[in-house]
Amino acid sequence: MVRQTNPVLSNATVTSFQKLNSPLQLINPWRVKRSVILGLKSLWLHKLRSLLTAMGIVFGVASVIAMLAIGEGASYEAQLQLKNLGSQNIILTSVKPTNTSTAGEEERSLVIEYGVTYRDLEQIRATVPGVEIAVPGRRIKDFLWNQTRSIDAEVLGTVPWFPEMRNRRMVEGRFFLQIEMEGCDPVCVINEELAAKLFPLSSPIGKEIRLQRNYFKIVGIIETNATGANTEFGSKGMSKADESGAGDSEDADLPMEMMIPLSTLEDRFGEVLFKYRSGSFEAEKVDFHEVTVKIDDGYPVVPAAEAIRHILERNHKEVDYKITVPLELLRRAERTKQIFNIVLGSIAAISLLVGGIGIMNIMLATVTERTREIGIRRALGAKQRDIVLQFLVETILLSGAGGLIGVGLGLGVPVIIEKFANMMTIIQFWAPTLAFSISVLTGVIFGIYPAIRAASMNPVEALRHE
Amino acid sequence: MPPKPRMSDRRPIIELRDVEKHYGMGEITVKALRGVTLTVYEGDYISILGPSGCGKSTLLNILGCLDQPTEGDYLLEGENVANLADDDLSQVRGKRLGFIFQSYNLIQQLTVVENIEVPLYYQGISEKESHEIAASLAEQVGLGSRLDHRPAELSGGQQQRVAIARALANDPAVILADEATGNLDSKSGGDILQIFDDLNQRGKTLILITHDEGMADRTSRVIRLKDGLIHYDSMGQAAPSEMNYKSKALSTG
Repeated sequence: MVRQTNPVLSNATVTSFQKLNSPLQLINPWRVKRSVILGLKSLWLHKLRSLLTAMGIVFGVASVIAMLAIGEGASYEAQLQLKNLGSQNIILTSVKPTNTSTAGEEERSLVIEYGVTYRDLEQIRATVPGVEIAVPGRRIKDFLWNQTRSIDAEVLGTVPWFPEMRNRRMVEGRFFLQIEMEGCDPVCVINEELAAKLFPLSSPIGKEIRLQRNYFKIVGIIETNATGANTEFGSKGMSKADESGAGDSEDADLPMEMMIPLSTLEDRFGEVLFKYRSGSFEAEKVDFHEVTVKIDDGYPVVPAAEAIRHILERNHKEVDYKITVPLELLRRAERTKQIFNIVLGSIAAISLLVGGIGIMNIMLATVTERTREIGIRRALGAKQRDIVLQFLVETILLSGAGGLIGVGLGLGVPVIIEKFANMMTIIQFWAPTLAFSISVLTGVIFGIYPAIRAASMNPVEALRHE
Repeated sequence: MPPKPRMSDRRPIIELRDVEKHYGMGEITVKALRGVTLTVYEGDYISILGPSGCGKSTLLNILGCLDQPTEGDYLLEGENVANLADDDLSQVRGKRLGFIFQSYNLIQQLTVVENIEVPLYYQGISEKESHEIAASLAEQVGLGSRLDHRPAELSGGQQQRVAIARALANDPAVILADEATGNLDSKSGGDILQIFDDLNQRGKTLILITHDEGMADRTSRVIRLKDGLIHYDSMGQAAPSEMNYKSKALSTG
């Protein structure tokens, strides 16, 4: 072939003419890079339009991340609770009944009697297999005093092995001992929160706390139960009664706790607990405020809980108890997580669908708008796949950019949720990656059709298009 | 620059043989071209004239491989391109043909130099190299100082010069110009024609579609189309075409 050579074209040009028909042309990185630059330019040309078009993807991606973060947070929280309460445990709590049917009667009597009794526990031990009454506990809610400082707190009478059973860690000092339990000694362990409030300046170990007329020597500080699960179940009935007096109550989230030997509590305060609150007087007789029933490893927890429920139903006229099965809590949390996933997943799916359709719509409009350009490019040697690549890259850039903004938003939303809805959220490292990939995929899915439509235009007609 | 070869030495670049183009419009079939036979030689400087509706645009589309003939053969540099697949046609257009349009057809969002680079881009030529080629071509058409301007910032004549530079970028075998001066005033149009003359002097093959007789006078060969047939060819191929036309007219009439 004796073609005239343009003086400008070098030999290198001629050789590069020869690698034309390579099937890899579409995914040639150089070509993709140029298409990306081209795509960015034309998106930048219509900044506002591009931004608005990408909005659907932005929200879709943000909800994907928020969904995953909330779901993870919920299940983490549940696992934390499970860890605190023990997976083999069943926790029975006494609940002060709301005076409904027996109102007249109750008001007459000075002492309100309710809750889990010795009799219940006897029957449970006798009938439910593999059961062990692990941690009995009674609670008093009253003011604790350090000299002139006072604070409304919960006093839990319990057993020396409480920390192991509930996975609670000692921060300082020690928990009270068996020997102190046997001797009904006036010793106590307080939680960090209470220590910080009552003894802000010095270490409380060795100091004394006053509860009504009794002084308790502090032997250790235990970590605060961050999840609040313990008190949530333990004091519902009481806190209701105390609402009037608890005007100075501190952060509801962080419970103030003091633990004393159960025997000491019985010894000092007797079977009937009296409370004087802002002039009024109340007395209640509760055998146990809280009992942790441990099921041996070999036995299933949920049927055991069911059996216990039957026993309590038979023994109590009113529902003045509450059965908490941590394992069920976990299940419930899983269900909550599932519901969140369904709700947010639907939002994400709808956003992405609508966003994708929006992108497709705009891309179809763009294709029509740029028919002339397509014609020119075709006349100048662009193959159909070059046009496909050009428009597909543009769509992917659009949805990818939306995805990036969405990731930013999605990382922000859980922070807000955590702050205002008081829910724990966890962002897994793979969540943004996944959400971003989904946005890119949306671009591919919804970009294919406009791109093919652009490429299949007749060059002659495209050139004639006004 | 080598001296212009004599006609007998010149090799044919384009050979059209009995090319017909039909357009289906419902029941009726319109024959835009009814058997065009034409040979274009290397270095030809041709103007194709004719009233509107004579098939000029159709012929140009077929010559430019933008469209394919319904009947007949089209040999471009010896290769039959009448029945090529779409990708191969793109290939032929990008590599062997240069287009110049009446309305310039520059891509508005690209700069002068980027517009000239477009055909090179589709031939897979590296960024650096195509930039060099494009800059040098812009220089040749007198736009060396406006490489980074957008088409909207240029006058019509300047835009058309960008289009010429773009048509030259791939060193095509033939340059096809469709009413290249149609949108320009006589001064700018004259400049464009001067560039065409220079290109032909340098051995380029040009086919100009026009209805401007003055433009036709500058070219070395004039072809007149009428009713989808070659009515006159200054190179002496008019007679058979005329007879063909008459015989067809008789048979159809």
